[in-house]
Amino acid sequence: MNGSARQHALTVSLLQRAERWRQAERRARRLARGRSEDAGDATRLADDYRLLAHDLARVRTLMPDSRTREYLEAAYARAHATLHHGAWRIGSELLRLFREEIPAVVRWLGPYILWSTAIFALAVSGGYALVWRYPELIALFASPDLIASVERGQLWTEGLLNIVPSSVLSVQILANNIVVSLFAYCAGFLFGLGTLYILGLNGLMLGAVFAFVSRHGLGQQLLSFMVAHGCVELSVMCLSGAAGAAVGEALIRPAQAGRIESFRVAALRSGKLLIACALLLVGAGILEGYVSPDPRVPPWARGAIGAGYWLFMVALLSGWLFGRRAGPAAAFEP
Amino acid sequence: MSGAAPGLVVDSVTGIDVSLPVAGPGARAYAFLVDWHIRVVLALGWFVSGALLYNGRLVLAPPLTSEARWFGAVVAPALAIYFLYHHVVELAMRGSTPGKRMAGVRIVARDGGAPSVGALLTRNVFRLVDSLPLFYGVGLITVVLTREHLRIGDMAAGTLLVFEQADARLPTPATEAHRASGLDAAGAEIVAELLERWPALQPEARVRLARQVLTRYGGQLGEPADHDDAWRTRLERLARPQ
Repeated sequence: MNGSARQHALTVSLLQRAERWRQAERRARRLARGRSEDAGDATRLADDYRLLAHDLARVRTLMPDSRTREYLEAAYARAHATLHHGAWRIGSELLRLFREEIPAVVRWLGPYILWSTAIFALAVSGGYALVWRYPELIALFASPDLIASVERGQLWTEGLLNIVPSSVLSVQILANNIVVSLFAYCAGFLFGLGTLYILGLNGLMLGAVFAFVSRHGLGQQLLSFMVAHGCVELSVMCLSGAAGAAVGEALIRPAQAGRIESFRVAALRSGKLLIACALLLVGAGILEGYVSPDPRVPPWARGAIGAGYWLFMVALLSGWLFGRRAGPAAAFEP
Repeated sequence: MSGAAPGLVVDSVTGIDVSLPVAGPGARAYAFLVDWHIRVVLALGWFVSGALLYNGRLVLAPPLTSEARWFGAVVAPALAIYFLYHHVVELAMRGSTPGKRMAGVRIVARDGGAPSVGALLTRNVFRLVDSLPLFYGVGLITVVLTREHLRIGDMAAGTLLVFEQADARLPTPATEAHRASGLDAAGAEIVAELLERWPALQPEARVRLARQVLTRYGGQLGEPADHDDAWRTRLERLARPQ
């Protein structure tokens, strides 16, 4: 038998399996769309996968530029994706996220959290000292309306609920805070400089406004306004900054095979924390809309709410809220 | 800068790698535009119907004073639809959206499988960066400049967009023709495909293509003036058993 005849015979025998390819492709397509309780389906899919791999290897040699090859490449890729996509159980995935993965991320980010908190605190102190010493510099950090209001001896937060309803205020605030928090994380891709800028700017503004209102004897009032929602809000700012710093460091000093790979691992790991941050900011926004501007809530109650919510945050981030017991650090894959 | 569209090659336990063609800027932009139109229509639809119901007459204007019910029932859901569309739909459809389906692309992880929940969320969070400064400027630049056409969100999440290849069909007649005739596999496919598309072709195109195929594969040629049915018969004879 010469080479050409042999090739022809091989191709004919290969093409006789076309109906099995079709069955395999249909099964993979069906299983990719929905779930199956039949264990036999999974076994058959594994058999299909092997069959398609074997025949594709031969078709790549015998018929490299054919539509048969295109078809087999697509069928094999579909079987691969179906076989590797795993179960899709959103409930158990979310439980695992909050009970195991987020606490592990928080432990991993420990040094970054300390550093971002220190940077934020430094910026707050810097802003405070600057405006306390040079009050005219407040114009760099605050709007003219805010400055005029404080100079009249009145906080801009007074009578806020007469202008905007609590629900609207809450949604506006939480949306803004979530965007700032996400930006602090995403800006880490600028080798951490973006995160540093957002942390520093927010810290400077907070310190500057505090110094300005304190000079006008309104510091106590502002603290009372902030304490219910601010404990968690500022903590979340530091957590987002820590996540962004981790992303930045992964780019500056890649720990994995390459810079992009290192960036991917750090972003995927630390990004999980942002889900918890967003949820915490929803709560903080509701407090800021309903509790903080309400003059009927006494200062002690605001303090208790602020402390309680901060402890809730600790319980959430440590996994205790979802039944995690103290123990060895869980290994996790991004 | 990239040249030809690359493919994602994934190792498999079978030893035969899986090859997935990576979607380029065109397919990505097409999918995005379709999704953008869908979310705009949905958000506007909610806003308009909500405003009409709220006002109780054919007026879309908001109330003069800021009202919580107006915001909660009309404005906030419309904004949520617009801004959370990709987050929710990609999670619900495991890495696809109506726009991606229309463009024939889907999101995959680097192992060729479906991306995880965390990867999909991370990918969408980075839209904040990709959409800067305007009209997805950063995303568009990185998609054009990277070999695998990735935006920052894809780099962060370890995902990429590949073509679905949903329309790949096995040419049945080619199988039969090749088994029975002396044509090689590629020739059998071409003849089968031409016969399959015959009814949809213009008469001049039928004759021209049939003549080219018969010349190439040694079939019996006729006169150009012959009726196209005669050309079809010759093609069928070429694919029939010898």
